[in-house]
Amino acid sequence: MHPVKTIALSVALAATAGLAQADETLDAVKSKGFVQCGVSQGLPGFSNPDDQGNWTGLDVDFCRAMAAAIFNDADAVKYTPLSAKVRFTALTSGEIDVLARNTTWTMSRDADFGEFIGVNYYDGQGFMVPTNLGVSSAVELDGAAVCTNTGTTTELNVADYFRANGLNYTVVAFEKADEVVAAYDAGRCDVYTTDRSGLAAQRTKLSKPDDHVVLPEIISKEPLGPLVRHGDSQWADVGRWTLNCMINAEEAGINMENVSDMATSNDPNIKRILGTDGDLGAKIGLDNAFCANVVAAVGNYGESYDRNVGPETALKLERGVNALWSQGGLLYAAPQR
Amino acid sequence: MAINDNAKPQGVVHAGDLPDKPAPIATEGAVAWMRDNLFNGPFNSILSLVALALVLYVLPGLLSWLVFNANWSGGVEACRANPDGACWPFVGSRWEQFLYGFYEKSERWRVDILLVMLAIGVAWLAIERMPARSLAAIFMLFIYPVFAFFMLYGNEALGLPIVETSQWGGFTLTLVIALSGIVASLPLGVLLALGRRSKMPIISLLSTVFIEFWRGIPLVAVLFMATIMFPLFLPAGVTFDQLLRAVIGVALFSSAYMAEVVRGGLQAIPKGQYEGAMALGLPFGKMMRLIILPQALKIVIPGIVNTFIGLFKDTTLVLIIALFDLLGVVQASIADPNWSVRSVPYTGYAFVAIVFWICCYSMARYSRYIEDKLHTGHKR
Repeated sequence: MHPVKTIALSVALAATAGLAQADETLDAVKSKGFVQCGVSQGLPGFSNPDDQGNWTGLDVDFCRAMAAAIFNDADAVKYTPLSAKVRFTALTSGEIDVLARNTTWTMSRDADFGEFIGVNYYDGQGFMVPTNLGVSSAVELDGAAVCTNTGTTTELNVADYFRANGLNYTVVAFEKADEVVAAYDAGRCDVYTTDRSGLAAQRTKLSKPDDHVVLPEIISKEPLGPLVRHGDSQWADVGRWTLNCMINAEEAGINMENVSDMATSNDPNIKRILGTDGDLGAKIGLDNAFCANVVAAVGNYGESYDRNVGPETALKLERGVNALWSQGGLLYAAPQR
Repeated sequence: MAINDNAKPQGVVHAGDLPDKPAPIATEGAVAWMRDNLFNGPFNSILSLVALALVLYVLPGLLSWLVFNANWSGGVEACRANPDGACWPFVGSRWEQFLYGFYEKSERWRVDILLVMLAIGVAWLAIERMPARSLAAIFMLFIYPVFAFFMLYGNEALGLPIVETSQWGGFTLTLVIALSGIVASLPLGVLLALGRRSKMPIISLLSTVFIEFWRGIPLVAVLFMATIMFPLFLPAGVTFDQLLRAVIGVALFSSAYMAEVVRGGLQAIPKGQYEGAMALGLPFGKMMRLIILPQALKIVIPGIVNTFIGLFKDTTLVLIIALFDLLGVVQASIADPNWSVRSVPYTGYAFVAIVFWICCYSMARYSRYIEDKLHTGHKR
């Protein structure tokens, strides 16, 4: 390991050692009265400020859900916008309580920086090409000029994919997403590659969005999820079961509108989810009705998805792999019982 | 010989001066001006033609995009329908965010009061006819910053709810960082410049080390250190305000540059001025305050303002440490999927460029005015 990195890391570890001792985050959060949530500096559909200056997005909804679970008030959140570079330091130094910044869950990050508590969006890198290129699969892209961002894993994934398939290509890389889109729109390259959620967001900026098609290949796994500091398993549980609650609620058919009616349901599964039966919430330091509060304030996972990134939004992302397991997707939350 | 009294006088007599004749066409009027200023020799003629060609090449497209073909009203639909012009409704719908950032909506009147006071104060200092300008200067330099801090941050005892610095943003934050940097860097820079020229070895060494350290590292590195490394040195759980860290970094950084600018002025003062002051029996402090510094600072006004302008523009670098200055908040707004139109990012950046240009050009004009006013002989 590079010596500077080693020093930085050991300093980071020394600094977190103090925090790793006790389950204290939930108490600290309860006493200060809000959740300090790390989000992006503006990522369409995941965390971005709207016209009114309010933060919205799928990641923001997770922060709001945690606040609803703890305080029964989804607005008890303060947002710390973080760049990709500073996000982990902000978490390890205690500046934020939870990081929901569209972060890919990888083994090294899990080991070095924090505890991932689940996946709130399954992403993967894809390709977009103009329809008139007549390409229907990425393996036909031999000799293509590929537009992408500099210095991200995106660039490395492309290199891996093209090498593995024995294809030639040239990279046309830019610093900012806007520049990449402009170059692709101007025809400086044949292919635009980034995460598929990003492709959807940028596609609306093309002069003729309908003349472009996203190829079916997904060349990398990008499970995006929130994470918390190492060593505080109670706090990790709060995050994990907030997320599970949103997914389980969708599976059980509980949504924002019917959540109060569902409280009288006789279905034992729904009773456990909503906390009318048992003391599941109390076991992790929350109100037994925490999940009912989450769904009442933020909605279930499907509602949050549809509101922020779904087909009705500007991003127009189909559920795809982010559907429930019972509907052919990957979302499979552990049961609340 | 008889004299003919009736003879007409010989020669021409005029009462008063002859009226001026118009100057030859070669020295006056538009043609002569152009000959003097634009086509004065073959090299300058070529330069002028190239410049003219560049302007003609760029300007029509730029004006068409910015003004004539731009979308001035309507919403996002209008911009989507006409993506080949600027999308000003985007700025219109977000101007409050661009000005205040995420500052608490119900508390924005506090920022308004401060901005109005700032405008009045700056105008008061800039216009010479105003009375009590030295009092105004003391107020703006010492009382206003403290007042501004309590107004922006709030104070429970005064009945002003706390607004965390993480919520400050937009043009307000740009002003906060730039003005703190400007107000702190000039006195610090003067002290460092004097320290570096001091005959006392320790002071001189410390000043030199300080200046060379801060000049030797890029501002981005300073900000990164302040944001990423600094919290790791603190005990866990102790946090240090992020904005304060950035402001201190910016102020120290620019004070090092300021020190070298001021030192340039000090070098230019002839030795006789020092000797004269000493011969009058002035102690060091008075010598500097009354004789040396007024002359030295006057010489380096362009350099000082240059540093200020550089500092003002450098404030945009704080966006890499996730503070939302004007540029940061515009960039975050561009990410709104509801405003996902091709012209929106360009419009946002154009807006930022216009705002910064206005601010920096005003500073430059004012510095020219001060230079003209103070020029006493050494100007060529």
